[in-house]
Amino acid sequence: MPINEIDIAKVAQLAHLELGEAELKTFGSQITEIVNYVEQLNELDTANVEPAIGGLTPEGGKTDSSRADEIAGSLGQKEALAEAPDPASGHFRVPKVL
Amino acid sequence: MSRQTVEFAVTAAERLNESLNAFLQIDREGAVKRAEETEKNRDQRVLAGVPVAVKDNICVRGMQASCGSHILGDYHPPYNATVIERLVNAGAVIIGKTNCDEFAMGSSNENSAFGPVRNPWETTRVPGGSSGGSAAAVAAGIVPVALGSDTGGSVRQPAALCGVLGLKPTYGRNSRYGLVAFASSLDQIGIFAREVKDVARVLGVIAGPDPRDSTTADVPVPDYAATLDGNLKGVRIGFPASLFGKGLDEEVGRAVKDVVDVYRELGAEIVEVELPNAGYAIAVYYIIATAEASSNLARFDGVRYGFRAEETPELRQMYRKTREEGFGPEVKRRIMLGTYVLSAGYYDAYYRKAQQVRTLIKNDFLNAFKNCDAIITPTTPTPAFALGEKVDDPLAMYLNDIYTVTANLAGIPGLSVPCGLSSERLPIGFQLLGPYWSEPTLLKLSHGFLKVQPFTERPPVSA
Repeated sequence: MPINEIDIAKVAQLAHLELGEAELKTFGSQITEIVNYVEQLNELDTANVEPAIGGLTPEGGKTDSSRADEIAGSLGQKEALAEAPDPASGHFRVPKVL
Repeated sequence: MSRQTVEFAVTAAERLNESLNAFLQIDREGAVKRAEETEKNRDQRVLAGVPVAVKDNICVRGMQASCGSHILGDYHPPYNATVIERLVNAGAVIIGKTNCDEFAMGSSNENSAFGPVRNPWETTRVPGGSSGGSAAAVAAGIVPVALGSDTGGSVRQPAALCGVLGLKPTYGRNSRYGLVAFASSLDQIGIFAREVKDVARVLGVIAGPDPRDSTTADVPVPDYAATLDGNLKGVRIGFPASLFGKGLDEEVGRAVKDVVDVYRELGAEIVEVELPNAGYAIAVYYIIATAEASSNLARFDGVRYGFRAEETPELRQMYRKTREEGFGPEVKRRIMLGTYVLSAGYYDAYYRKAQQVRTLIKNDFLNAFKNCDAIITPTTPTPAFALGEKVDDPLAMYLNDIYTVTANLAGIPGLSVPCGLSSERLPIGFQLLGPYWSEPTLLKLSHGFLKVQPFTERPPVSA
């Protein structure tokens, strides 16, 4: 499936990236090259192969990761907001949505 | 003693940073204070007073975590990663945060927003990536141990290029809590050191299940140091001849074949193994890793932490401009590629197909390990290349990881071991791969080799 520059603009939109014309052009040709490279996987017949799910080992898959539903400490409002670019009155402030 | 050791490390880190750019933050005050406490309390814990450097994508409370990116800039996480909590509880002293490719994406460290790290063996060469700062810091003798992260070879590849040991443990061996996620099904925190016993000691401290990372496994943590007995009689080492062909630098190939001869002399049995699908690993990796990255990096949106672009009166525009200005080119390229392979209509053709071939690669290893205890390969196709040599050709850069990505896809452990210098005096490393939880075997094999062929050379830029 060759990927063209129209696709690239759409992909940028989906990825929330505001790319300029020059970037769209460079990425367009580089990503086309990479996509052409990965197409080599089509040489393999995988009709009867189960897709791998994550990198889990059999032991990792068996490990029980559930825990009791108990109240534990948390960061708290002040610390959670300490690194925010624009905190306001205990909230994360963002530009207008509509 | 410990104050002296830590002060030496901090001073060396500061002094060599001009030539290496290995550290993004050095915490002299905090490190010296902790070293003084270690002395005062006559601390006897396993890592008491040991200076450690940490890659800047692992959270240390009170320090920055930029991930080599402008989008996080001087972000200071309010908590410790689990591995940091364990290191500190064992007495280790974190002296600083090391430079890396942005969000751990790269094989040369040239993708750091804060300038590349330079190789202490030759400062016009790359140190490898993405954990280049940690590798350089250990190679230059600044610290005995450093942490990195390995998603496709980001610990083992720079370890080989800088002439130190680099371990990527089994997936689930240690916790990823507090490691900024790149590709969650591949990421694993790894260890750099110059001595096998230091890798063993640190792994013993950081390994084990963690309720904060559900992918960690409840598998017993052995006494790794106890396995370093030097007895390699009867250990079966797999030799995949097909990986020693096209694309491999002649000197590297010869050096690794010499290692095989050393193992034979030490009493190990060398058996031929086949990894028929290894050639597809890079293609599989760049689908899965970018798909996971596009999803993981969606969280960087200028709302809760890090950088926000200015003059954006509307929310969606704020997201787009923040990400456009905050991310570097390689990160954007991978987010784009990942978004593309996951987009409607393409998911089956790329992502599902890649996960199927991942199964084949995993099965290749499971089959090979029926006949051997470990597999030997080169770690990298060539020694350290020149800064700037591959920056304009992403695909050529990706092919640096050809020997290392398979371990991440299969979830198995891998260890890079230094085995000599090229004619240009650049380090060469070989890689040992083993079945799940076989870290003791890999450490034992590296220890046995380094006992008869120690790597004692020091780089020109050295503490």
